[in-house]
Amino acid sequence: MTAVTLEARLGSAWKKPPLISNPALRWGLFIAAAVYLVLAIASIDVNWARVAEGLSRGWAFITSFFNPDFVSRGSDIRDGILESVIITVASTVVGILISIPIGLGAARNIAPLPVYLVCRAIVALSRALNEIIIAILLVAIFGFGPLAGFLTLSFATIGFLAKLLAEDIEEMDKVQAEAIRATGSTWMQWINYGVQPQVMPRLIGLSMYRLDINFRESAVLGLVGAGGIGATLNTAFDRYEFDTAAAILLIIIVTVMVLEYLSGIIRAKVQ
Amino acid sequence: MPVSTNANGAKIWQLRNRNQTLARWAAYLAGVAIFMWCWQRISEATTWFFVWDAPRIAADIGSRAMPPRWSYMDKLWGPLWDTLNMATLGTLLALVMAVPVAFLAARNTTPSAVFIRPVALFIIVATRSINSLIWALLLVAVIGPGVFAGLLAIAFRSIGFCAKLLYEAIEEIDPTQVEAITATGASRWQVMAYGIVPQIMPAFAGISVFRWDINIRESTVLGLVGAGGIGLQLQSSLNTLAWPQVTLILIVILAAVVIGEWVSAKVRGAII
Repeated sequence: MTAVTLEARLGSAWKKPPLISNPALRWGLFIAAAVYLVLAIASIDVNWARVAEGLSRGWAFITSFFNPDFVSRGSDIRDGILESVIITVASTVVGILISIPIGLGAARNIAPLPVYLVCRAIVALSRALNEIIIAILLVAIFGFGPLAGFLTLSFATIGFLAKLLAEDIEEMDKVQAEAIRATGSTWMQWINYGVQPQVMPRLIGLSMYRLDINFRESAVLGLVGAGGIGATLNTAFDRYEFDTAAAILLIIIVTVMVLEYLSGIIRAKVQ
Repeated sequence: MPVSTNANGAKIWQLRNRNQTLARWAAYLAGVAIFMWCWQRISEATTWFFVWDAPRIAADIGSRAMPPRWSYMDKLWGPLWDTLNMATLGTLLALVMAVPVAFLAARNTTPSAVFIRPVALFIIVATRSINSLIWALLLVAVIGPGVFAGLLAIAFRSIGFCAKLLYEAIEEIDPTQVEAITATGASRWQVMAYGIVPQIMPAFAGISVFRWDINIRESTVLGLVGAGGIGLQLQSSLNTLAWPQVTLILIVILAAVVIGEWVSAKVRGAII
């Protein structure tokens, strides 16, 4: 027996199969990605001197997280946070109330086609536009203040909640709804006893999640004059008062953590 | 199931008994009271004269904004390219940072559940709860205005999001495959590469494309605080009340968002 046949019998070592099996596509994608990366990185001009100069400021900001200043701008922070919370609560409530009928209308198995198309169009419009852009337009129309922020977040909530609610309704168990309908119920009773119990747990969970998102968003609406803590935060950064900014950011982080924890408990309870 | 009787002695079915109904009404009352209080506060802070005037103002702005100034488009290609770069490079940078955080945060791969896992979870919550605009505000103050600040803002904001979804994917992997690789005598890193990574790869790809889509949306507005991209043009057009340019920029942003969503849906469809 020669060495060659032994080699042939042993076979070659196992190699990891590549992620994309077609070699032309694999190398094409790889080269395209490399070219894009080179072009993209080359087009970003970083002023390293400015960055180096800023590093000490960055460090000052990080250290200020360990001794945040809640006191010297205390009343501004309190008013701003209170306004953010008010905007959050009010816009979440109104958003949920409006998104329930729109969500029902956007579910293909409940709504007739014209209603379905109108509701889907509202959802698409609300989801396509960034909150900040809506806020800018609404501030231009309604003037500065929390009303613009409230309207912005209500509008954004509609797109989010109505879409997910509609998807949930489309996935529901038809048998239960049919059973209610077979008792001779009216349309309202059908929705109330056939559909609502099936989607309620998810609706509550999504509402809590949206409350959380709305609070985070309300923290930036102030940047464009739509009320809330954002204006205070912006001023703090502009004046390089990093200890005040750190205090505000800490409040936001803690509030979001508490909200997330609460929503976790509530979601576990209803599901 | 609670049942009450009417005057004739016939039984009537009810959904809830008396105490449940009372508790429910009290909860509704509290909710409505809180909402009304919030509404009152908003109402106090609003100049209602402007609100009643709003339809006229909206019509006025609308008439000024139409038609969009198409000739302004040749000044938008550069910012648009910057916006795309901020989103893409920011997502890549975020993934580089999110992967180790995710492995440290997952219960089955973390080196220490008592000391390291809470730190990783805190990183996830802290980066997630600060909006990318706030990150941009902070980074513009620290390293100066420009695309680089926007890129870093996108990257930091995305760490928490990617790491959270990724660590949930890691926790859901099939342990028998990992065990099989371990049984061959593989080292810790080999177990990682052949036992864990192939299982989370589809989730990883899906998460990155999903986040890239979101980042396209977010990077369009970062310019408002000076972090480069098309938002800068939006800000300057708004400041000079050049409404036809604002319309054009909004159309471009909408197109970018729609294309981004389309690309991400295609890629996700191809992967999963």
